[in-house]
Amino acid sequence: MLGLSTMTAAGLALSACGVEGQGGESATAEGFWDGKESNGRLTFANWPLYMDPDKPELKAFTEETGIKVDYDEAIQDNPSFFGKIQPMLAQSEPIGYDLMVLTNGIELNKLMELNYLAPLDHAKLPNFAEHAADIYKNTSYDPGNRYTIPYASGITGIAYNPEYVDREITSIKDLWDTAFKDKVGMFADPQELANFGLFYNGVKPADSTERDWIDAADALQEQRDKGLVRRYYSQDYIQPLSNGDIWMSMAWSGDIFQQNAEQGTNLQFVVPEEGATLWSDNMMIPFTAKNPVDALMLMDFFYDPEIAAGLTEYINYITPVPKSREVLRDKAAKASGEDKEWLERVIDSPLVYPTDEDYEKLHNYVPITSNNEEKFAPLFLSVSQS
Amino acid sequence: MAATQAGKRGRTGRFAPYALVLPGWVWLALFFVAPIASVVSMSLMTGSLGAGYSFTFEVGNYTRALGLYWEQILRSLLYGGLATLLCIAIGYPVAYWIAFKGGAYKTTYLLLVLLPFFVSFVLRTISWGFILSDNGVILGALKGLGVLPADFGVLNSATAVVFGLAYNFLPFMVLPIYAVLERMDHRVVEAAHDLYAGRVQAFVRVVLPMSLPGVFAGVIMVFIPTSADYVTATVLGGTGNTMIGKVIQTQYLVNNAYPLAAAITFVLMAVLLIGIFSYAKALGTEQVMEVQAR
Repeated sequence: MLGLSTMTAAGLALSACGVEGQGGESATAEGFWDGKESNGRLTFANWPLYMDPDKPELKAFTEETGIKVDYDEAIQDNPSFFGKIQPMLAQSEPIGYDLMVLTNGIELNKLMELNYLAPLDHAKLPNFAEHAADIYKNTSYDPGNRYTIPYASGITGIAYNPEYVDREITSIKDLWDTAFKDKVGMFADPQELANFGLFYNGVKPADSTERDWIDAADALQEQRDKGLVRRYYSQDYIQPLSNGDIWMSMAWSGDIFQQNAEQGTNLQFVVPEEGATLWSDNMMIPFTAKNPVDALMLMDFFYDPEIAAGLTEYINYITPVPKSREVLRDKAAKASGEDKEWLERVIDSPLVYPTDEDYEKLHNYVPITSNNEEKFAPLFLSVSQS
Repeated sequence: MAATQAGKRGRTGRFAPYALVLPGWVWLALFFVAPIASVVSMSLMTGSLGAGYSFTFEVGNYTRALGLYWEQILRSLLYGGLATLLCIAIGYPVAYWIAFKGGAYKTTYLLLVLLPFFVSFVLRTISWGFILSDNGVILGALKGLGVLPADFGVLNSATAVVFGLAYNFLPFMVLPIYAVLERMDHRVVEAAHDLYAGRVQAFVRVVLPMSLPGVFAGVIMVFIPTSADYVTATVLGGTGNTMIGKVIQTQYLVNNAYPLAAAITFVLMAVLLIGIFSYAKALGTEQVMEVQAR
């Protein structure tokens, strides 16, 4: 429903404005920030359940800086949010948000390519410089963090339900094992799906060529033709995995942690030996933002270890601030009962704080630009949508 | 003085009918003609989101749309058609029963038919996912009793999608059929009996033909949205059950391939329109007009 109305709107907007594609001029950090000042407020578009509903982090921010934050859970998925803001950005109009969170991937690449994002002034990001782990400082999708810094990260790996699977799952190849006929869940998203096809063939997504994509699509088609795949899921794979409709699935680390913690399930999450992907949801400022200075301040505020710790305790995704673990340890030492148990669970979980071995197996995504997108996405959509 | 006033009234009178249909025309222009014009013009463009789109009269979008997605289009028509037939099979007896046997409780029964509509469409479809789950309330219990083999499943199949579609659009079939049957003069049926028609004969030769306009309206109201639906197949379908609505959504929102998406949209619309008009022709246009007049 939502999708249909969005697309009509996008179609109308496009035809109405003669369909212009280009965005702002490629601005330098200095040029963009000239004469911009804090206005004492900002609006922040984020995903649902991506912050404690009481917003303790934002309250702390307002207390410290006096800047008021309007928080809006406006983003359900990357493509439709992109579809919503693109026509406004193409007209150089404000989109109503000063700060937004998008995952690395096709949409983010397009935003950067079209110069729709404000170049970050790193002089104003001291916490980021001091506390961000190295892997988040120079990401493949945004070298040098020119436009984005991570909000939270996660792993796309394999999850399985040991109630039905009676052996340890360690490899991507297990997803192709005919013993699990009709019991495997894969992701519908072309990029996520492609990564697993590439890993299956022993190729690192970030180094992959067009030839590799075709081979990966073939491998995935073979998996489908053998009748292994029950469904290509957009995001609702957790319930079927918990109740046994599927026995194993591509999965996001944070989902599995939350399901086990809240529903008492015993789902296992694996970073397969061939590799898995590390994705990040990134904070960024649209170039038409009315309050970019305030947005930049809030971005940096999330890199304060205390704040990062609070956020991690609630959302259970991977924080780019390793020091937050110490903060949580101190807190756990002082806590007791259920609180202590919960904190220890978060601190000890490799899903929230991956081990060094896990990190070594984590890879970046296939770098998609508008030049190669047309060759990439249809290959994998024809696997999941035919 | 009086004459001028009369003249004035006459002039206003001449324009009054046009003024009265004006809102209808504005509505049509804004919400039908404009979107369709935008879809058609978009479907003939080339370009990308980054570089912008330009009108190049690119017919290739249509050949690509048909070449790549003919299977999903046919599948959607098939699922929509099956769901429509199911709706008639289930909905007609329901409407008949309420209209003829409902007595004083007709409104209550109609309300019961509509009751599920008070819950969001997406939510209801998702709950079918729970109900039809392999180890869920129904299949789990039947498997426990040994009635079904352990690896039996319904969810994520064409069956689940077709039943889901029929379930979601059933009231759209029941209501128009009910409306026709309810207004039918019962003395006509009595007359049939007087002329030695049995119950079956009276139904086949009198009630059924008279209720066809209702069925026709129902078919249109069920077949079009079910063929274009993308929620049900997404939630209840598995591999190989993708319907064209989902493809269009993906092309628009995931791939941002606006021209191709517009071409598929228009192809689907054309196919549906041709289907509906041939159906109307086969059934007799008079009856279509009758339905529209209601």
